[in-house]
Amino acid sequence: MAEAKKEQTSTHKIGIYLWIWGLLFVLSFFSYMVDWYNFQGLLRWSLILFFMFLKAGLIMAFFMHLFWERYALVNVLLWPMTAIACFVGLMVAEGKYTVFSRLFYFFVGGA
Amino acid sequence: MSDLNLDKLPGGFKGMSEDIGSDQTTFKGVNWGKAMMWIFLLSDTFVFSCFLVAYMKVRASVVEPWPYPSEVFALEMMGVPVPLLLIAIMTFVLITSSGTMALAVKYGYEKNRKMCGWFVLLTAIGGLTFVGMQAFEWSKLIFHDGVRPWGNPFGAEQFGAFFFMITGFHGTHVSIGVIFLFIFARKVFRGDFDTGRRGYFTTMKSDYVAIEILGLYWHFVDLVWVFIFAFFYLW
Repeated sequence: MAEAKKEQTSTHKIGIYLWIWGLLFVLSFFSYMVDWYNFQGLLRWSLILFFMFLKAGLIMAFFMHLFWERYALVNVLLWPMTAIACFVGLMVAEGKYTVFSRLFYFFVGGA
Repeated sequence: MSDLNLDKLPGGFKGMSEDIGSDQTTFKGVNWGKAMMWIFLLSDTFVFSCFLVAYMKVRASVVEPWPYPSEVFALEMMGVPVPLLLIAIMTFVLITSSGTMALAVKYGYEKNRKMCGWFVLLTAIGGLTFVGMQAFEWSKLIFHDGVRPWGNPFGAEQFGAFFFMITGFHGTHVSIGVIFLFIFARKVFRGDFDTGRRGYFTTMKSDYVAIEILGLYWHFVDLVWVFIFAFFYLW
């Protein structure tokens, strides 16, 4: 056990943490710039999502060590996220329906 | 598990099917506390997802305009409103504390007591700074701008309810994390993890793996902030 642990620790050099740390700073700066330069519409949303997922992925993979974990743990953690993605899709459709019926009944009149 | 050599096990999906089918522990080489923390974080992910999905659904279906966060959260600097200034600083503070936590975990692995303790303490101070700035942000919105859970001067009434709910729940997580970081900084400096001193609530021996488990929680708090920053403040 002790030997296996030693091998494990030697693979995480301090450089990798500093690199990820710096990358997170740069990505946060970029996502702040999206607001600073006041990008609008599809460009704004896609840039926000791109930087968000990149940051989240870096934190999970390296800071939370998922990159070095065995697949048994990684898959148990990541697959339930697809359920959330389905939920998001459902609620987007539901939101569109709600706003449509609100606009229709509030401003057009239902009868 | 004591004489388990992870390098000899197959990796990838083949390794996964063998791990699950091994009729033994599934998460090989993973401390039970670490596995439990991951399960807790997964359930916490679902809680935060429910908040954010509810927020998305309501924001997509209100007929009044949603308050423009870039202006709501602007801060006056020398007479010029700078958009999202405080939020940007908070983001950088939280990322910094996440980085120091990662280094604390690294030094914990190496059983470097002093460095590990200092970095845990530094992380706690970063978290405390974050909570302090959030308190400032809340008080500005409540007392200066008059934002309430049931209404606000900027637009759609639901804005306040979601803002206080989501950032409040995240702030609670940060606060709890800060308390535990201070407790564990003391434990590290006292040498609990070197001597294997038994904890207050348990008869089990302390080990540096506790720092990694605490680190998982702290990185998760940072992870949630990444999503809140993107969906609530930038969107």
